[in-house]
Amino acid sequence: MTIEQQTENKLSDMPDDNGHFGQYGGMFVPETLMEPLDELNQAYINYFQDPEFLAELDNDLAHYVGRPSPLYFAERWSRELGGAKIYLKREDLNHTGAHKVNNTVGQMLLAKRMGKTRIIAETGAGQHGVATATVAARLGLECVVYMGAEDIQRQALNVYRMKLLGAQVVSVESGSRTLKDALNEAMRDWVTNIDRTFYIIGTAAGPHPYPAMVRDFQAVIGREAREQSMQHEGRLPDALVACIGGGSNAIGLFYPFVDDQEVSMYGVEAAGHGLETGQHAAPLCAGKPGVLHGNRTYLMEDKHGQIIPTHSVSAGLDYPGVGPEHSWLKDIGRANYVSVTDEEALSGFHDLTRIEGIMPALESSHAMAYVKKLAPTMDKDQFIVVNLSGRGDKDIHTVATIDGIEF
Amino acid sequence: MSRIKGCFAQLKQEHKKALIPYVAAGDPNPEITVDLMHAMVASGADIIELGVPFSDPMADGPVIQKASERALVYGTSLSDVLAMVKTFRLTNNDTPVVLMGYLNPIEVMGYECFAKAAHDAGVDGVLTVDIPPEEAQSYIPALRACELDPIFLLSPTTTKDRMTIICQYASGFVYYVSVKGVTGTSALDTDEVAKRLAVIKEVTDLPIGVGFGIKNAETAAAVGQVADAVVVGSALVNLVEQNARSLSNEEGNKKITADISQVLVSMRTALDV
Ligand SMILES: Cc1ncc(COP(=O)(O)O)c(C=O)c1O
Repeated sequence: MTIEQQTENKLSDMPDDNGHFGQYGGMFVPETLMEPLDELNQAYINYFQDPEFLAELDNDLAHYVGRPSPLYFAERWSRELGGAKIYLKREDLNHTGAHKVNNTVGQMLLAKRMGKTRIIAETGAGQHGVATATVAARLGLECVVYMGAEDIQRQALNVYRMKLLGAQVVSVESGSRTLKDALNEAMRDWVTNIDRTFYIIGTAAGPHPYPAMVRDFQAVIGREAREQSMQHEGRLPDALVACIGGGSNAIGLFYPFVDDQEVSMYGVEAAGHGLETGQHAAPLCAGKPGVLHGNRTYLMEDKHGQIIPTHSVSAGLDYPGVGPEHSWLKDIGRANYVSVTDEEALSGFHDLTRIEGIMPALESSHAMAYVKKLAPTMDKDQFIVVNLSGRGDKDIHTVATIDGIEF
Repeated sequence: MSRIKGCFAQLKQEHKKALIPYVAAGDPNPEITVDLMHAMVASGADIIELGVPFSDPMADGPVIQKASERALVYGTSLSDVLAMVKTFRLTNNDTPVVLMGYLNPIEVMGYECFAKAAHDAGVDGVLTVDIPPEEAQSYIPALRACELDPIFLLSPTTTKDRMTIICQYASGFVYYVSVKGVTGTSALDTDEVAKRLAVIKEVTDLPIGVGFGIKNAETAAAVGQVADAVVVGSALVNLVEQNARSLSNEEGNKKITADISQVLVSMRTALDV
C-alpha cells in the first residue's frame, strides 16, 4: 500500500481490530494466551473511552510523573552544529528518569481495574523494570522483574533500585541472557500464573494489544511536543528524532504526528560495532520480517530463522526485534530508519553533557548522535524535536569503563 | 487416508490409546535422532512428535528449552529436521510424524516451500505453537494443499466458542494442553482434564491428545482413561539431559535410547491393561 492510498484512511487509524499494521503485528502466541489477551484488549478498549480512567491517568501523569515534560531549546548545541534548531523533549526529567514510566503508570491503572494482584515485567536497561517496580510499590502489589543475566551485570545500579522498591529481580540465564530472553521468561511466567498476573510489557512490541496500547500510553510525549512546538515556534516541527529499542519512546513521539506528512520522522537504531560487522541491534536497517514475541515484524535472524545475538553499548536497545508499527511505517515510507554506532552514540553522550549540561541515557544518546548528522543538513529556520528518552546516571559506569576510568 | 487418521482408526478398532512421545530433533546431537525414532516405535510409540529447535521457545519450560539449546549447538535447522524424517521413512512407512515447533523458521522457509518439503520428507502433521487459527489464514491452506494435518492446541483458558473455531481448522487430532503453563511444569489434575475433554467432545469428533504434565506410566494410564492419545515430552527429554552431561556422545546416545525405550514400554503396558 502506498502512502497516498493509506491516507484516505488516516495512518493513525492503525492497527486493525486484530492488531495488524499492514502485514505486521498480530497475535502470534500459544493458545493459552489468546483469551487473556482478548480480555486485556477489551479492558484497553473500554477504559480508553472511560472519562474516569482518563482523568485518573492524567492526574497521575501530572502529579506522580511530573508531566508535562519541558520542550527545551538547546541553543548552544544548535549554534555549534550550525543548522536547524534543536529542541529536546525532556523525558529524562520524569519520575524514575525515563519515558518508561508513562506506560507503567497507565498499565498499572488497567491492572488495578482488572483486579490483578501480581505484576510482572521484562527489562533490558532496567529502566522499565524500575518504572514497573515503582508503580507496583505505590499500589503495594507483588512485582517480579525478569532481566537477562548479562544485563544484570551491565546495569547493577538499576537492579539495586528495583530491589529497594520491593521487586524480585529474576536473573534469566537462557539463550543470549539479554532482553529478548527476559521477555521469553516473562511470557512463560504469564502463561503459568495467568489468573492473577498482569504482564506490563515495556515497549511497543509483543502481541496485540500491547503495541497499540503502549503507543497510546506513550503518545502523551508527542501530544505535548505538538502543543509545545506551537508555543515555541508557532508551527509543527520539520523533523522528529528518537532512538529505537523496541520502539516505545519513538512511537510515542511520532504517533500524534503521523498524519502530518510535512513532519519527517527519524528512528535511530543501534549499529553497535557497525552494520557491516553483524554486531548490532538494527533490525529495521539490516534485518528481515519474521515472527517473534507474538508479532510479525523486522527481526535479526539467521538464514534458518533462528534469532541471532545482538550487540549495542546500550542495554535498552539490545533487542533483535522492533515494534510492528515501525515495520509498517518503514515499508510505507512514512518514517526513516537510520542507525548510529556505539562510538557515535558515545560522542552524542559527551556532546550533550558538555555543551548543554544534560547527561542523556546511552539509548537516548543514539538519537543525539543522529541529530549531530541531521541538523547541519537543515536550514537555520527549521527545527527538530528529539526525544531525550532518559537520563544517563545509570550509564556512567559503562561510559567510565569505555573511557578507561576505574573508580 | 492420512497416516494420522489411519493410525487413530486402527487404534480405535483395537480399543487402544495412542502413545505419542516428544523429543527434540538433534538433541543432544544429530546422530541420535533417527535411531531414537525407530527405537521409540519399537517400544510402543504410535505417533512421533519431533521438536524443531528454536532459539526462543517461549512456550517451553527449562527442560525443553535446554533441549533446543543442545540441538542448536550443532545448528540443527528445519531443513536438517526434514532430512531426519526422510531418513526415518526409508525404513518406516507407517508411523505418523508430527513436527512441533515455532513459526519463524517456517516463515523464513516460506509456507508453500515448507509444506512441500515436509510432505516430501514424509511428515504428516505440523503443530506450530505460536500461530493461532486467526493468524493462519494462508498457513493452513498451504499445509492442507500438501496433505499435512494442522494440529492445534486447546488450553484450559480456551472458551467453547474458540474451541469450535479451532476444531474447524484442525485435522488429524487436537491437542489439549492439560495445565496453564509451559511444558514440563506442574502435575495435571485428571478429573479436571476429564471435564474439559467432555466439552471438547461436544464440539469435535477428532481424536483428542493430552499433554503437558504426563510424567510416568501412572499418569499416562490415568489420562488414557479419558483421552485418545497421551503425549509425553519433558519426562523423556529429562533422560536426554541426565545422560548427555555425563557420557560421551556414543555412550550417551545408547544410554538415552535405552532409558527412553524403557519408559515408553512401561507407559505402553500401563495404557494397554
Ligand atoms: C532511556 C531509554 N530510552 C530508550 C529505550 C528503548 O526502548 P524504546 O525503544 O521502547 O523506547 C530504553 C529502554 O530501556 C530506555 O531506558
